[in-house]
Amino acid sequence: MKREMTGAEMVLQALKDQGVEHVFGYPGGAVLPIYDEIIQQDAVRHVLVRHEQGAGHAAEGYARSTGKPGVVLVTSGPGATNMVTALADAMLDSIPMVCITGQVPTNLIGNDAFQECDTVGITRPCTKHNWLVRRVEDLPRILHEAFYVATTGRPGPVVIDIPKDVQFATGEYEGPRHVAHKSYRPRVKGDMDAIRRAVELLAHARRPVFYTGGGVINSGPAACQLLRELVELTGAPITSTLMGLGAFPASGKQWLGMLGMHGTYEANMAMHDCDVMINIGARFDDRITGRLDAFSPNSLKVHVDIDPSSINKTVTVDIPIVGDVAHVLEDMVRLWRTGSHQIDKAALDGWWSQIDGWRARNSLAYRPSEDIIMPQYAIQRLYEKTKGRETYVSTEVGQHQMWAAQFFGFEEPNHWLTSGGLGTMGYGLPAAIGAQVAHPEALCVDIAGDASILMNIQEMSTAVQFGLPVKVFILNNQYMGMVRQWQQLLHGNRLSHSYMESLPDFVKLAEAYGGHGIRVDKPADLDAALDEMIATPKPVIFDCRVANLTNCFPMIPSGKAHNEMLLPDEANDEAIANAISADGKALV
Amino acid sequence: MNAQNLNAPSAYFMAAVTETPESHTLSVLVDNEPGVLARVIGLFSGRGYNIDSLTVSETEHEKHLSRITIVTTGTPLVIEQIHHQLERLVPIHRVTNLTVEARGRNFEKPLERELALIKVAGVGEKRLEALRLADAFRATVIDATAEHFVFEITGRTNKVDQFISILKPLGLVEVSRSGVAALQRGAEGL
Repeated sequence: MKREMTGAEMVLQALKDQGVEHVFGYPGGAVLPIYDEIIQQDAVRHVLVRHEQGAGHAAEGYARSTGKPGVVLVTSGPGATNMVTALADAMLDSIPMVCITGQVPTNLIGNDAFQECDTVGITRPCTKHNWLVRRVEDLPRILHEAFYVATTGRPGPVVIDIPKDVQFATGEYEGPRHVAHKSYRPRVKGDMDAIRRAVELLAHARRPVFYTGGGVINSGPAACQLLRELVELTGAPITSTLMGLGAFPASGKQWLGMLGMHGTYEANMAMHDCDVMINIGARFDDRITGRLDAFSPNSLKVHVDIDPSSINKTVTVDIPIVGDVAHVLEDMVRLWRTGSHQIDKAALDGWWSQIDGWRARNSLAYRPSEDIIMPQYAIQRLYEKTKGRETYVSTEVGQHQMWAAQFFGFEEPNHWLTSGGLGTMGYGLPAAIGAQVAHPEALCVDIAGDASILMNIQEMSTAVQFGLPVKVFILNNQYMGMVRQWQQLLHGNRLSHSYMESLPDFVKLAEAYGGHGIRVDKPADLDAALDEMIATPKPVIFDCRVANLTNCFPMIPSGKAHNEMLLPDEANDEAIANAISADGKALV
Repeated sequence: MNAQNLNAPSAYFMAAVTETPESHTLSVLVDNEPGVLARVIGLFSGRGYNIDSLTVSETEHEKHLSRITIVTTGTPLVIEQIHHQLERLVPIHRVTNLTVEARGRNFEKPLERELALIKVAGVGEKRLEALRLADAFRATVIDATAEHFVFEITGRTNKVDQFISILKPLGLVEVSRSGVAALQRGAEGL
């Protein structure tokens, strides 16, 4: 059905036709025609942020917690450049996001007009694809194509840059159609022969391990269900990257915890000593592999990924399978069942008893205190208090993020929102806002650090305006904790600019924004304060004063392999000082 | 690789590259739309890949398709990465590694040609020598005065390189080269 309308009307019509219910944005000169359409309709709700970066991360949180694309609308020039961090973040974490930017009128492009920037040029390397729409005739097709590209294959952010004259121009609107794209054809079905070989390999494994990532979550709830089924059928242990937490329940018997730099000892040792590694939807990131030449030296590796460029990028694998995780897992589960496969029981029992030995090292242990709140304890209490509730947890970036990943148990996918690839401080509060918009009845908590939270604190104002009762739980140690930890490890404990002097009074800050502030510094008061936070029906900033100099362990120090972890019980001052020895530094 | 940096304490794991790099010729079929070349070049510069030569022109007018020919250098793993990273770009229809295909047919290389325009200025014996060499290399004179020649030469890159280096002492003024155009041998197309 074709209809005559303006470019601005087409934008709103396309959003409706694509099933978009919420848009995060900030108005400005070059998008005023679209904003004029927004106020004249009710189907698409607009959430006004306080900084465009906040809109981007809110859209990411929305996308991550729903599986639907996040949509943002910002103006030209600074509006677009402020989006760049969020686009780069979504690119690295494969988050579907459609970003609509205004642009100066076409006849002014290239003239250094007011609020002009080369948006498609600037965002080209941090988007999956982008478009500058020069003619209103192309706008409907590009709008629908943008949603298709953002949400299919390996998801990612896209930008549609619309000059102001194109927003005013009239043309014929056409709804979304199902036509094959002329050049973009993501592959979803895996090669059956490779899948068969992978199943055979797994069936004959003696020390198998599943290593899963964010791709499982991106693939959808069916993929997570199939993963759980396959893991149970095989009896093999499973670990996951930061991005993959929740795909397999943390309470599951076969769950080893997160792997990588701050992963558990048992997960990393299992990766190092396994004979068959099944990587599903993860990408051998450098935070995962540690020293590459010592990474899982004796294993045969299977890698399932929808993006062919992830295969053999850093680690060469034996059986690559290009395809969508859910499709491939479906085939694997079916072949496993029909072939009546079973991993050798004695071998698997031996493998599990070895793993139990590593587990017994209790690598996440910390020394509890009755006087000061240990950050790990704070997360544990938060987890206990929120159990049984629909809870979405976002984080900023740093020590608090790793402690959250280690101590908060995720049972379901899409409930853990964190900036994994780009490591963006300031991600958590807007991401929690995005999740809260999508799930108004749920508890949305941003586990934050005292440094990170200040990077997008202005979004408290958004939360208050839209009645979004997000909870900001700050582990306040008055340091950029992870920076300080690295300075201690690598730079002789010279704490260059990692101390947060003159932090604001977070309680007053919460109140200034119209939220509620809580401060606690005694372990005995923590539980009651957490109850208060959860019961408060408006945004809360919880200033949780924790031990200042706690390091995040266990840890694979630089230049070390998975089997050379620094464990908390060994990490005295001397061990930390020597963790990266002169020899080790040469290997870094 | 910055060798001295390998010893610095770092949050990253760095390892020296041990594989030997090879030269490969890639043929890339793309939509002829604004910005597509910038996407390809940006990919190479952004990910630190080499471009030894690049040519681009519309080759199928009615379908709006252009063919980009890229000569690049990298280890086999890097070449595989380049191939897949190119395929990830939305307006790219097809990427073919002509070098790998040629090897599969027992040829060292695919068909590769380059065109160069070369200006030489001089008088007397040097001028005659330049003309004699041009003849030997099957270069043609496309512009001339009493003081100069402009030669046009077509051939494999090493032939063009050789011709240019021989002309250096004979009054070489400037050179313009097209970069490598390449096709696979045999009856089939991309």
